[in-house]
Amino acid sequence: MCLAIPGQIVEMLDGDRHYAVVNVCGVRRKINIDLLKNEHLLLGDWVLIHVGFAMSKISEEQANEQLNLLSMLNESDEAIEEVQGYQFDNEKV
Amino acid sequence: MKTAKVNFTDSYIELAHGAGGKASRRLIEGLLVPYMMGDKPAELNDAAYVEANGSRLAFTADSFVVNPLVFPGGSIGELAVNGTINDLAMGGAKPLALVTTLIIEAGLATSELEREVAAIAKAAQRVGVPVVGGDTKVVEHGKADGLYITTAGIGLTDPRVSLSSRNVQPGDHVILSGAIGDHGITVLLARGELDLEADLTSDTRAVWPFVSALIEAAAPGLRWLRDPTRGGVATALNELARDAQVAVILDEEAIPVRPAVRGACEILGLDPLHIANEGQFLAVISPEYADIALKTLKSMPGGENAKCIGEIQAEPKKAVLARSQYGGTRLIDMLIGDPLPRIC
Amino acid sequence: MTTMKYVDEFRNPELIRKISEEIHRHVDPDYHYRFMEVCGGHTFSIFRFGLQNLLPENIELVHGPGCPVCILPMGRMDNGLSIAKQQDVIFTAFGDVMRVPGKHGTPLELKAKGADIRMVYSPLDALNIAMKNPDRQVVLFAIGFETTAPSTALTLMRARELDVPNFSVFSNHVLIIPAMQAILDSPDMRIDGFIGPGHVSSVIGARPYESIAKKYQKPIIISGFEPLDLLQSILMLVKQMREGRFEVENQYSRVVPYEGNMSALDVMKEVFEVRSLFEWRGLGAIQQSALKLRPEFAKWDAEVRFQVEGARVSDPQMAPCGQVLKGILKPHQCQLFGKECTPEHPVGALMVSSEGACAAYYHYVHLQEAVGE
Repeated sequence: MCLAIPGQIVEMLDGDRHYAVVNVCGVRRKINIDLLKNEHLLLGDWVLIHVGFAMSKISEEQANEQLNLLSMLNESDEAIEEVQGYQFDNEKV
Repeated sequence: MKTAKVNFTDSYIELAHGAGGKASRRLIEGLLVPYMMGDKPAELNDAAYVEANGSRLAFTADSFVVNPLVFPGGSIGELAVNGTINDLAMGGAKPLALVTTLIIEAGLATSELEREVAAIAKAAQRVGVPVVGGDTKVVEHGKADGLYITTAGIGLTDPRVSLSSRNVQPGDHVILSGAIGDHGITVLLARGELDLEADLTSDTRAVWPFVSALIEAAAPGLRWLRDPTRGGVATALNELARDAQVAVILDEEAIPVRPAVRGACEILGLDPLHIANEGQFLAVISPEYADIALKTLKSMPGGENAKCIGEIQAEPKKAVLARSQYGGTRLIDMLIGDPLPRIC
Repeated sequence: MTTMKYVDEFRNPELIRKISEEIHRHVDPDYHYRFMEVCGGHTFSIFRFGLQNLLPENIELVHGPGCPVCILPMGRMDNGLSIAKQQDVIFTAFGDVMRVPGKHGTPLELKAKGADIRMVYSPLDALNIAMKNPDRQVVLFAIGFETTAPSTALTLMRARELDVPNFSVFSNHVLIIPAMQAILDSPDMRIDGFIGPGHVSSVIGARPYESIAKKYQKPIIISGFEPLDLLQSILMLVKQMREGRFEVENQYSRVVPYEGNMSALDVMKEVFEVRSLFEWRGLGAIQQSALKLRPEFAKWDAEVRFQVEGARVSDPQMAPCGQVLKGILKPHQCQLFGKECTPEHPVGALMVSSEGACAAYYHYVHLQEAVGE
């Protein structure tokens, strides 16, 4: 329901700490980063952009983990069991 | 006089009727053609043909409205020349002469007008086609976005080619001259409303040199040409599928799209296949001439990105389909209205 | 095509085929599965990538209510457009809204007749227009679920901070959980599990779904939007059902943290309060299902400024959009489908948005006819 796409932070605006410049395939836009003020964003981080705001910091680790897991499907019986292990870490609750 | 068989029920003319998609088609076929061409309309192409003293002339007119007047890689004056030359080229005709009409808004700076007139002259010179006449009107301030230009052109068709959707056969190849979407996205970004920046320039250019080379190399295999302007590649190919009663099957991954065009389309939820181009064309070519045609285009400066993007099939009639590598299929529709950025 | 990180890896054809095979291997061939993808973005992806082709025939995907344009009742459109018609108003909206029909036409039609209606990409763009046009009233017609609401909220906080008096927001922001509950509570509904919204969940996190999973005993998988994400989510649903589980699982962990986005939730709470009742197109009035501006923000509330009455215009009677929205009727089973109601001339909103089930189906059905299935 909400179009949001990944972009990489290429410039932090010193003059205005509410904003950063992101790059999506060579297209740049100044976006508001207030919604991620607790994430301590750094240059080079990837964020999800929706209506001109950074909504979420993308986790490279989680992305790679998912792709690794899926690439093992069919090849190892454990992989399919792992798919279920994808559940939330309940300790955080 | 016989009454025209009008089939157009929309109460008002909206912007969509000029956007090159379905609504435009409805307006043209439902209201304009019945009055102007009667019961037996000629095939609707970029240029019309007129016979004169044994020669077959191509005749066309195109109007140009663009906001802003100047954008990276071009301006309205350059568009007004290239667009009309391209319409003639799509009719397989060597452009002979142009006339231009300027509708100027009172208050336009002379320097801006001069810049556009110079752009017209330069673009015409570049393809060696003279501007032989024209007209000038000035309208009240607030009524013409600075400047509108209409350019009419006349050209001489090459007797070696016969271009028509009727010639298109199953098995024919669809060739695209280069990367798509540059013009539409450049102008969209140049308006500044979206605050997006990219190193992109309009692709506006006259494509006659490419068509001329194709005629020399592959005339007998050349079936149909179209420049995918408003409405983009999707709309042009849907018109072909409909007119020729065939299917166009696209290999979506083969369609050249520049990174920044893709990026802007992803951000705005647009489809590059719906975005306007001003310097590309689609060619349907018989299989035996497809290789030489592609090689010819690729050997020319500015033709390096030409690609075979799909082929014609007999079924399913009137459809444009894109197939993906993993077996998914999607239907590519004509543009409906103007392409609108979306957030959902 | 150029590669896009975090997009193209998740369209890997080889992996897509692999998961598709895995789904085929794990389904119970004698059971007819009905999974609802709640979010219109998922509906769009499913059609865009032709994913239905890759699923066993006995998995049916039911298209849910997560399309903010689709569920917007005509009365709200009319209210908004009545403001747009006023002399000194610049009416701003996302492109999605521009083709949604009100009783007297769409925003685009109104614009063609001379109203100053402008499309914006971001709520902040609307605020900028207000600052550049201090002698005009600038209204943002805000739509969206919890993904978009924080952006509107931050924009309003900015308007207060900069004291922009000529800016106001007409809020149509809605909440996803009450809608899911409304669907599950309707007696004629049978859903085996949910493909849960991805981007909404990046804001609200996973916790709000847990009571639903428990109460209704339905598995819910929070899912990404690429083909690999959706197929993996379907595989996870099939697996939960096979194992008799009904849990909330997160397939989209690269984006969705368990607790959501606290900053976003905080700004929403500061600016918005929950409406006691809000009318959804197709689903009717749902309690506590939408957001309005708090009294502290009344100065920037278009409903207050323009004294909007609660115009309730019922949806076109002929169009059973609600039943389609709940998955009871398939789009093509509606009498108007493809005849009076097409993407070019939509009667109901499900035909307007490219996320709407009817618009998606319109293309799909044509595709079926086209490929002769």
